[in-house]
Amino acid sequence: MAAVETTGSGARTIDWSSDEFKKRRSRRYAADRRLQYYGIAAIATALGLLAILITSLVMTGYTAFTQTMVSVQITLDDERIDRNDVFGANWRNIVRDAFKAATPGLETADERAYFAMFTNNAPFLVRDRVVADPRLVGTTVTFTIPMADPVDQLAKGQIDRSTPESQRRVSDQQIAWFDGLAQQGMISRPFNTGLFFNADSRFPELAGLAGAISGSFWALMVCFFISFPCGIAAAIYLEEFAPKNKLTDLIEVNINNLAAVPSVVFGLLALAVFIGWFNMPRSIPLVGGLALALMTLPTIIIVTRASLKSVPSSIREAALGIGASKHEVIMHHILPLAMPTILTGTIIGLAQALGETAPLLLIGMNAFITSPPAGILEPATALPTQIFIWADSPERGFVSRTSAAILVLLGFLITMNAIAIFLRQRFERRW
Amino acid sequence: MVSYAFALILLLTLVAYFAARRQASVVGRSVGASMHSRPTYHGFNAAIWACAPPLIIVLVWVLFQDAVINRMILGLFDADRIAAMSSAERSLLISEIRQLAAGRQFGTPGEDLLAAAQTLNGWTWLAHVSMVVIVGVIGALGLVLGVRAIAPRYRARHSVELSLNIFMVFCSFVAVFTTIGIIASLVFESIQFFMRVPASEFFFGTRWEPQIPIRADQVAGSGAFGAIPVFVGTFVIATIAMVFAVPIGLMSAVYLTEYADVRVRSVVKPLLEILAGVPTVVYGFFAVLIVAPLIRDFGTGLGLSVAPRSALAAGGVMAIMLIPFISSLSDDALAAVPRALREGSYAMGATKGETIRKVLLPAALPGIMGGILLALSRAIGETMIVVMAAGLIASMNINPLDSVTTVTVQIVTLLIGDTAFDNPKTLSAFALGLMLFIITLFLNVIALSIVRKYREKY
Repeated sequence: MAAVETTGSGARTIDWSSDEFKKRRSRRYAADRRLQYYGIAAIATALGLLAILITSLVMTGYTAFTQTMVSVQITLDDERIDRNDVFGANWRNIVRDAFKAATPGLETADERAYFAMFTNNAPFLVRDRVVADPRLVGTTVTFTIPMADPVDQLAKGQIDRSTPESQRRVSDQQIAWFDGLAQQGMISRPFNTGLFFNADSRFPELAGLAGAISGSFWALMVCFFISFPCGIAAAIYLEEFAPKNKLTDLIEVNINNLAAVPSVVFGLLALAVFIGWFNMPRSIPLVGGLALALMTLPTIIIVTRASLKSVPSSIREAALGIGASKHEVIMHHILPLAMPTILTGTIIGLAQALGETAPLLLIGMNAFITSPPAGILEPATALPTQIFIWADSPERGFVSRTSAAILVLLGFLITMNAIAIFLRQRFERRW
Repeated sequence: MVSYAFALILLLTLVAYFAARRQASVVGRSVGASMHSRPTYHGFNAAIWACAPPLIIVLVWVLFQDAVINRMILGLFDADRIAAMSSAERSLLISEIRQLAAGRQFGTPGEDLLAAAQTLNGWTWLAHVSMVVIVGVIGALGLVLGVRAIAPRYRARHSVELSLNIFMVFCSFVAVFTTIGIIASLVFESIQFFMRVPASEFFFGTRWEPQIPIRADQVAGSGAFGAIPVFVGTFVIATIAMVFAVPIGLMSAVYLTEYADVRVRSVVKPLLEILAGVPTVVYGFFAVLIVAPLIRDFGTGLGLSVAPRSALAAGGVMAIMLIPFISSLSDDALAAVPRALREGSYAMGATKGETIRKVLLPAALPGIMGGILLALSRAIGETMIVVMAAGLIASMNINPLDSVTTVTVQIVTLLIGDTAFDNPKTLSAFALGLMLFIITLFLNVIALSIVRKYREKY
């Protein structure tokens, strides 16, 4: 403001209550409030986006936690199934006849459309169960079989019955058949256990996360058993033993920079070194876990060093004073006291590794694999890569599966973080 | 078989530990208090003797066994025939034999291949058995030596501590090895790439069409490996992300540090941190499922043509990921401004807003800039969001409503389902990776040095 009031003789006095100054004050306060509103708006935007993110995932994903099933009675008579060769029976016809019996008056020309309502793999599901329990032959058993994806969506109301027939994926006739089955009480919609116990499949109604979850588990195990001991050992050396010289400085700079290297570069490293040079197979959790371990290592080293530093020196000196060696001081006193913080940091690092996708894509953990891996040397997918595969699938049914898989992944992450927070609050010492 | 070797090592280690500990306590009791190390240390010492050498042997063995056997298998064939083969043909032959050996037969393989497969199975079996035997012998030898070394004056503790030191130094160097591995692999494969495609084309070319299969002798003339459009696309998406993320992140940090009371802060801050913990593949799906269609509908409503994989959608969603990052780094920078500056400003009669704008932000500027640079390096290196939501075709445009591609998208799409490192297509991914590594490293070093310098100031 240019105007400065001068009244009286010589002495500058300001009439703070004049209109001009009132205006000026209110302008300044308004600017202050505006800044505050910008801040509130920014936070509201960020939290709003978080809310939209979560809501949209839940809204598209929750339907995948149930699966429309049809309960159908199948007669496993001796004429059609040889007890000595249960596997070789004509399961396709057996199952189809059972389906046909559920809708009387089915025209031969319609059979194709009718059978398309049930999952394509129904004969194999029935076969596998009878092969596992051959005593079923000769009895009539009620099988609960998943409905195909379009019918599943119809049952869940995701396909609007009022849209013209040409624009929806189930025909009027299929709807009529479905309603007929529903009237007979054959349709149910239980919790989708297949989502957790099936491996991947080309058919959305059969696709599950078992393979991805166990793949992620093995990769995380490899990651943990390498990065945890190695990270702690490196941190102890750098914090307690390392002399201050150029070499240790180099190591420290290195660790800080590694923590900020893009994850895709670790994928390139794993691809070139482990697969290219060492000839390890593609798609296996061992290679994925190694890449994740190298990524997690800097995090664990940094966390461990911070927690070693926070143990008060009185403990160190007391132990040294009664004759413990330096190693004994660390192994018997410092490390146990620092362990809760180290574990907290490790769990958070592992949670990050669990959500990491790019390095796993590069080493081929995005293959189509229909059985869960039994170990670290078998091809596998991981949870995030499974999400990526499903998100890329053209079938509509995979949209809700993808969201459901994301909710499962977020569930694991929340659990891990909750454990970390619990550890911190329960066991961490404040000195 | 490898697991048998590991089980054997574990067994020997346990036996060594308990046997040596027991032996040491017997010896200790007989000599009284003059034992140098406690029995546990003798136990650990013997355990290390029993497990370290065999473990190293197993690792080396596993790493080199297949390579050695492959070479021996190739030796079975006519030397002239092998010499005439290219490396790709040789690896094809090897993998065919390995498939046969594993019992997976396609078509009718030649007699020589079947014989080779049988020989291979025999050799593999022999190799595994001899590995287990050697491991067993060496481990047992270590066990015996470890137990026999027990004597009152034997300094088992020193020996154990020395082993620990070696292990710790090795672990500290793993980070260095990783960096060396990154640089070596990227540089090595990039050199292979630049031997096939001239560097001038890569750095100054404006056409990027690596997916077109090109014969090796045609590559130089085709002009399909110009990386400029890829870098332009990366720049566009990173800029969009920063344009949204910086104001929102900075403003929320200002509000949280200066205006919000403790209760609001304790609720809002963890909520913002959730955004940072969400895996990027989730953001990618969110961009494809919600944001891209929304932007497209909105644009069509305004009469604009929006590409289905618009840069705006990818950049916008990337901004969500960066908000908590920028917010927490700015938060740190603002909190590090000394109280005296703040209170001096209040004493002069400035409002909170004036203090923030004229005192705090200028004082915290270096820290905030460091945070922004770190966020930028993240935006450039971010992969999954752009792989899912940005385009695959490299085009030289900076229109945010169009589809552009990024360095990371190209790396992933070039390398998915392809491991042969002998064509420019896959090798170009490593050249891009090298550029990405250099750029992000450069940004990180600058950002960290700015942050560090600024911290020293107050």
